Amino acid sequence: MAPAPSSTSSAVTLNINGEKHHLTVDHRTTLLDALRERLDLTGTKKGCDQGQCGACTVLVDGRRTVSCLNLAVAAEGHEITTVEGLADGDRLHPVQQAFLDLDGYQCGYCTPGQICSAIAVIEEHAAGWPSAATEDVRPEAGPPPLTPEEIRERMSGNLCRCGAYVSILQAVARAAGEHAEATDGKAKETTA
Amino acid sequence: MREFGYRRARDVSGALALLAADPDARYLGGGTNLVDLMKAGVERPAHLVDVRELPLDGIEITPEGGLRVGATVTNSDLAAHPEVRRRYPALAQAVLAGASGQLRNMATVGGNLLQRTRCGYFTDVSKPCNKRAPGSGCPAVTGEHHNHAILGATDHCVAVHPSDMGVALTAFDAVVTYETPDGPAESPLADFYLPVGDTPHRETALPPGALITGVVLPPAPVAARSRYRKVRERASYAFAIGSVAAALDVEDGVVRDVRLALGAVASRPWRARAAERVLVGGPADGAAFAAAADAELAAAKPLPDNGYKVTLMRNLMVAVLTELAEEATR
Repeated sequence: MAPAPSSTSSAVTLNINGEKHHLTVDHRTTLLDALRERLDLTGTKKGCDQGQCGACTVLVDGRRTVSCLNLAVAAEGHEITTVEGLADGDRLHPVQQAFLDLDGYQCGYCTPGQICSAIAVIEEHAAGWPSAATEDVRPEAGPPPLTPEEIRERMSGNLCRCGAYVSILQAVARAAGEHAEATDGKAKETTA
Repeated sequence: MREFGYRRARDVSGALALLAADPDARYLGGGTNLVDLMKAGVERPAHLVDVRELPLDGIEITPEGGLRVGATVTNSDLAAHPEVRRRYPALAQAVLAGASGQLRNMATVGGNLLQRTRCGYFTDVSKPCNKRAPGSGCPAVTGEHHNHAILGATDHCVAVHPSDMGVALTAFDAVVTYETPDGPAESPLADFYLPVGDTPHRETALPPGALITGVVLPPAPVAARSRYRKVRERASYAFAIGSVAAALDVEDGVVRDVRLALGAVASRPWRARAAERVLVGGPADGAAFAAAADAELAAAKPLPDNGYKVTLMRNLMVAVLTELAEEATR
């Protein structure tokens, strides 16, 4: 049974993958530990536990964050998406499918974080966000093409000890291309 | 980690009241630095006042033509904002040069200004450190200091400020606004960070209990042509070993206006005013840029293992100013 809330713990409701979870958390509990140790959502991985490796990346309100530096109590009221929430039934998310098809991993430990991060990278790029690899950040320069250099820079918060970067890059590039085509298709449909 | 209480503030006055209720309380923003330091035992707050959801998340153009940036604006939103990218491109570049996409989504402008040094002695509670435990000594002076300060340091502390964003804000004369128990106040960023002296544990002019509410950038037409260049030990996702934020306005080969600030060389973002004085009204050429860099670095006092930074910063200043001058003639 969950302990009663005290001055150093709180009863919270966490909205994860569209489902509400009620639990009492010690304030020291990170979102990462709440997911893994309390809610059995072990797809999100603990790597460094200091915000340096990206293995614990999840989406909070659609934005990628590291769950090891996010306190569970502070995550209340936000929509959290973990790797378990990406597929549509048996149909994998296009980014998951691209990683699978192109071997975007070796041991697989960093993969859930890589995939969550890649989904956000594609959306950030589609929204016109520049990166440190963007030569001209001024809005008049237009959105930068998603070159391999741009993908490497944007994915640099996710380390892969196996060094599967070559195929990770290919998987992100393919998924980004599919996303752009799908978006273009929709735009054409609505203007037709 | 020490147990702690947690409250979420709904408005600025509520946040100040919550903080005042407990002398061991701290404000929590994105948590990317504070939570990390709590895990390491460097920070041991008894209470966290979560200010992340305060209504301080706007970026707006001021009547004077500058920008007002709220304290809870994330690094991501700051760097993506069209007016930041148009009016102060070096600021967007500086923010994008820091941390990772995940951390920039969490980290706030207010928190970025207050982030602590990454000196390995500061973050290791088993070691002495005058910043963490005043009077205990500074092992970095004779120890591991290849990435430590060459300007403005003392024997009491040679740590550097880790912010990229702060370097660009310093170049553009940003003013920090904050709320104190006695009402609103403000401080130019140049005065916000205190000199090291013999009190390295006192880092900012922020009074006890005060909450940063935002940053105001005065209008600076020169900033429209600006750049941030960062040198680090790997291509991405690392703190700087040296960085430069620069803006340059050139007419007929003569420097009309210039802004120059340096990162990872001092306990605070370092405004290179000596270099600026050499440059204004003079020729915009390599010899002048080198003379300006030398003027700034004349005060440098490198340690046995960071002398490379003097050369690095000289080259970096010359390179960035040269690029900006070339851009001006296009």
